[in-house]
Amino acid sequence: MGVFSSFKIGFGSWIHRIFGKKRAKIGLYGPPNAGKTTLANKIVKDWSGGTVGTVSAIPHETRRAVRKEGVEVRSNGSSLQLDIVDTPGMATKIDFKEFMAHGMSEPEAKKRAKEATEGVIEAVKWLDDLDGILLVMDATEDPYTQVNVTVIGNMEARRLPLLIVANKIDLPEASPSRIKAAFPQHAMVAVSALEGKNIDELYQAIAANFG
Amino acid sequence: MDLISAEKLEKMTSMEKIRLILDKVKTGKIVVLENGLSPDEEVRLIEITMTEIRVDEFSGIEIESYPVKKEGSFLNKLLGKAIKGRMTVIGPANQLRTIEKDQFQISTKVSVGD
Repeated sequence: MGVFSSFKIGFGSWIHRIFGKKRAKIGLYGPPNAGKTTLANKIVKDWSGGTVGTVSAIPHETRRAVRKEGVEVRSNGSSLQLDIVDTPGMATKIDFKEFMAHGMSEPEAKKRAKEATEGVIEAVKWLDDLDGILLVMDATEDPYTQVNVTVIGNMEARRLPLLIVANKIDLPEASPSRIKAAFPQHAMVAVSALEGKNIDELYQAIAANFG
Repeated sequence: MDLISAEKLEKMTSMEKIRLILDKVKTGKIVVLENGLSPDEEVRLIEITMTEIRVDEFSGIEIESYPVKKEGSFLNKLLGKAIKGRMTVIGPANQLRTIEKDQFQISTKVSVGD
């Protein structure tokens, strides 16, 4: 069995070398409402068709991690097979009253809050099973959130590749330079996942960082 | 408010630190850790916080620390052992609010309980 497994791994590497293809399991992380699912949908739509999940202005719309396997991203003559994992927004607090402020009834808000806490736990668990991370930040917001600091600290401690995506640059108040100044040691791409702005630069950065 | 020294934290296991923090924060205390938590301890704290959130009782924590700093020898850096936690403030989400934060300063607002 061990010999067979080694043979499979060795054969796989050989195939990858011949055809220049690699595979990586990449998680999309970030605070709620940073645009993770919008970005995941854009990547999946561009390279394999379909969508990953629904988007909403109400925080914690994604409350279960969703994995889309075998999304082949091609850039600069190389090809990379990605398993895209869209994770629920990471947070340190969840108050059902916040959802009621968005027009939800109290029972709906409490149910969403319960599911959101489970979603955060799921996002934390996924950290152990990834090859790299796209950390999605809302470029209109302060980048020094604890979620950003914690995710970056974890990737550095695990020595796994991290690419910061400064999202929502279609909005006039967006300031990707503020994100770059906050975390200068990491690669960053400024995009609008909603409008597809700079998305080719993102694919080049994905190929360069995870390939 | 409780300020916990680096010496005390060094003698504790990760789970002991997390339990200490949550027990204090759930009774309305603000906790300041001299040396903070490791990145792994921070995510475990978030994870356990989520399991303890209760409607109308505990809505979670506000936690603020500076980005981690790599220190130590070249060998420790190579082995990934040079990442140190930094001063961290943690409190109940309904009492502690971050006003502003940058690489060098954290400004928070504390609401005194009812």
